[in-house]
Amino acid sequence: MSEPRFILALRLADNALVLGHRLSEWSGRAPTLEEDIALSNLALDLIGQARMLYVHAGELEGAGRGEDDFAYLRDDRDYRNVLLVEQPNGDFAATMVRHLIYAAHAHPFMQALMRSTDGTLAAIAAKAEKEMAYHLRHASEWVIRLGDGTQESRRRAQAALDDLMPYADELFATDAGDLALIAAGIAPDPADVRPAFDRTLDHVLAEATLAAPRRGHGQSGGRDGIHSEHLSRLLAEMQSLHRAHPGATW
Amino acid sequence: MTATIRETAATAAGARALSAARAAISTVTDPEIPVLTLDDLGVIRRVEVAADGAIEVDITPTYSGCPAMAAMALDLRAALAGAGFADARIRTVLVPAWTTDWMSAEGRRKLAQYGIAPPAAKASRRALFGAEDPLACPRCGSSRTSKIGEFGSTACKALWRCETCLEPFDAFKCI
Repeated sequence: MSEPRFILALRLADNALVLGHRLSEWSGRAPTLEEDIALSNLALDLIGQARMLYVHAGELEGAGRGEDDFAYLRDDRDYRNVLLVEQPNGDFAATMVRHLIYAAHAHPFMQALMRSTDGTLAAIAAKAEKEMAYHLRHASEWVIRLGDGTQESRRRAQAALDDLMPYADELFATDAGDLALIAAGIAPDPADVRPAFDRTLDHVLAEATLAAPRRGHGQSGGRDGIHSEHLSRLLAEMQSLHRAHPGATW
Repeated sequence: MTATIRETAATAAGARALSAARAAISTVTDPEIPVLTLDDLGVIRRVEVAADGAIEVDITPTYSGCPAMAAMALDLRAALAGAGFADARIRTVLVPAWTTDWMSAEGRRKLAQYGIAPPAAKASRRALFGAEDPLACPRCGSSRTSKIGEFGSTACKALWRCETCLEPFDAFKCI
């Protein structure tokens, strides 16, 4: 069970780090000062969660790797995040729709993970669950405001939703390792998380007067290391300092 | 300081060391909110004299990504070194998860005096999309207040505005 459990911790950590890094790209250039602060705070929460999860992944792997090794010294094929989180920020509507989809899953997922028989995962989830409630509320409020806003904001929110919804299904994917973890009570069953996700999206999209895109073929591959070019560019920037100056600290 | 904090020392010498360590720890304040001690904040979870005589302190993070945690650990180490405990061990524990319920009454009073609306006395879990109760303005006491932003100058605070005295203010988030 240690290998699937390591992969689980790594996937959760990679999701949080990649999305946290994406959000940090807004720092200093968000539409308003309050939102600049909010996006940086959201990024900070996610990077904090990633750090705890990487430490745990390193313990499970038992090869002496620490958080910086995972973050800075792996190539894109070794990253196991879902494709959703590596999608570029686009405009503000795209960033908020991406965050709504992520948080609508992460909040109930973390609540369920609090019951994990892996005590460390349960402890990290207990912190993350409180944070993701804030993330979900924030993203929901913005998507409602943008969707039910001006013609332009509505057009952009709908376009973002149409673009990004195909990435939602990967959040609920399982492989043989996941099924073993679910059976052992270590990982939540995605089927138990899906109803809360669907309820949240139905509620928010109805308030936002946005049309839910038709469910079609979902985009996936990130969980297994098959990524879009976007991740390579993100990593190139995020890892440049550490690669130029190995072991740099400040 | 809450009742759940563990402080143990097996011997009389240990008890003296513990009380000296405790006194040193009680001087350490939050690097971002200097009116609050770490005790007020509720992040000190355990202080113990280990078998080898070293002081062990458990702290718990407020938020996963709180950048102040590293500074808190450094400040604790420095305060303990100043009191003669050069080899203190500071450990971060995640269980149970920190809640604003652990903030002391004294801490809440000091926050309000400092101009930050303290968290509600009981971390009432808001419904995800429910309305939020208005906070009292820490400057004029008016309850005609509104939230400007869910996120403020640090991870633990939100940004509010008073409609009576028209001043913006920070509010400690309730988690």
